[in-house]
Amino acid sequence: MEFIKADKLTFEYKKTNDAGQEISTEAIKGVSFSIEKGSFVAIIGQNGSGKSTLAKNMNALLIPTTGKMYVDGIDTSDLTRLWDVRQRVAMVFQNPDNQIVSAIVEDDVAFGPENIGVDPAEIRQRVDAALSGVEMSDYRKKAPHLLSGGQKQKIAIAGAVAMEPECIVFDEPTAMLDPAGRQEVLNVIRKLNARGITAILITHFMEEAAQADQILVMDNGEIKMEGSPKEIFRRADELKAFCLDVPAPVALASALREKGIELPEDILTTEVLVEELIK
Amino acid sequence: MIEVKNLTHIYSEDLPHQQKALEDVSFTAGDGEFVGIIGHTGSGKSTLLQHLNGLLKPKTGTIIVDGLDITDKKTSMIEVRKKVGLVFQYPEYQLFEETVAKDVAFGPKNLGLSQEEIDERVRQSITAVGLDYDAIKNMSPFELSGGQKRRVAIAGVIAMNPDVLILDEPTAGLNPKAHQDILNLVTGIHGQGNRTVILVSHNMNDIARICDRVLVMDKGRLAMNGTPKEVFAREEELKSMGLALPDAAEITSRLRKAGMNINEICLTIEEAAEEIAKVRK
Repeated sequence: MEFIKADKLTFEYKKTNDAGQEISTEAIKGVSFSIEKGSFVAIIGQNGSGKSTLAKNMNALLIPTTGKMYVDGIDTSDLTRLWDVRQRVAMVFQNPDNQIVSAIVEDDVAFGPENIGVDPAEIRQRVDAALSGVEMSDYRKKAPHLLSGGQKQKIAIAGAVAMEPECIVFDEPTAMLDPAGRQEVLNVIRKLNARGITAILITHFMEEAAQADQILVMDNGEIKMEGSPKEIFRRADELKAFCLDVPAPVALASALREKGIELPEDILTTEVLVEELIK
Repeated sequence: MIEVKNLTHIYSEDLPHQQKALEDVSFTAGDGEFVGIIGHTGSGKSTLLQHLNGLLKPKTGTIIVDGLDITDKKTSMIEVRKKVGLVFQYPEYQLFEETVAKDVAFGPKNLGLSQEEIDERVRQSITAVGLDYDAIKNMSPFELSGGQKRRVAIAGVIAMNPDVLILDEPTAGLNPKAHQDILNLVTGIHGQGNRTVILVSHNMNDIARICDRVLVMDKGRLAMNGTPKEVFAREEELKSMGLALPDAAEITSRLRKAGMNINEICLTIEEAAEEIAKVRK
């Protein structure tokens, strides 16, 4: 079942120049795609390709200029349904410091549910479940500013989970983290997805995108490639033209094939590459 | 040349939550050397950087840059800034002037240079970061793309003409191509003249490929100081500190553990392909 569906979606940013004229820039140029409920989709593309603009159209932070975005069948331009859309799709952004509002971890996670008037007893349950889901229960009484970047980002994710959304859009959640923090956040995303939450991950790390079910490649406001990680990362030359790359195991496998070592075409991960090489 | 001797720093000293952020850290970085610093979040990297350009003063220890003791309270901050330039994480957030040229000129202006000298430095440093001076000088920095903004911010530090250039995660949040462009820019700047360049990064592939030497910080101490091959040979220790190996080293290490006869520590995909091909043929 499709959960998110874009139909010829175009988005223009408008601004007024010094002479008072309105200038519009087309950030998304008539894209159509759909995302299945419960899937894990990665969106990759160079800076300025329209990824974040597209993400903001998924929970009605932005409304299409022309064309439509449907979330669980709801037209996001129907402003009477705004909160229905936002309740279904939560967002987690790049910088954890910009998303934390409280001085205590569990208060921060409770902020969203409190604002929509959830019953206090249920808030308690939701906060406990969300913190346990991101493996941060031990930190519930701590001050967020004393946590590492990866831990703060997990608190931001718990805040989104506490809203009980059906889908979470992660906009470069690991860009500011160290390797251990990146791994922790990615594990949490996969765990939430395994529990049935539709996960949409915008990232510049190709090895993160390789873990998704489906990849959308954006360039210049359009979706240029769409497919499984195996299908996408086989097309290294096209990716390079979009200023992207392939994960390290894919690059190494291709360098080895050039040296005459026979390897299957669809190697994506270190595990599979190692297995093939020691056969 | 930068000499760090027995540096110790304690946050909130004598308070219940006092924390030793640096403990007895000593190293030197020679003229023209390219040094990488890696470490888990909270390992003391940022505290160390803030000492290197005088933003923080140590509890004990000294930092000498080309004979100038920058930890001495009598040393003027202007002298320190002339010696050491620090490019912070996401430096584009610090752009503030009306035009690119004015923004880059801000630092040199504060050094009390002549207008001709300032103009010359602005032109040179904007060109050095790979931007077209004439096309961009009168633009607002806020009209530029993310990658261009970051270049302008780096130009602002280069315009101070520091002997030591420090960059904190200069490639964070960039796509693979822009990431590579900024790295090429940094190695290019390093190649001109005899500057010491210090790169702080979470990207082990970059550190392994471009640095002459790697410093590893852990719990406020300098845990390792060696060439990339020496440091990345110590896999178990690095992993216990929450760090990772470069991709090529990780893959070849797993092959080694699975019985493949690869002795070399491989830092790049090309090296790994070379070594694997040797044993597979």
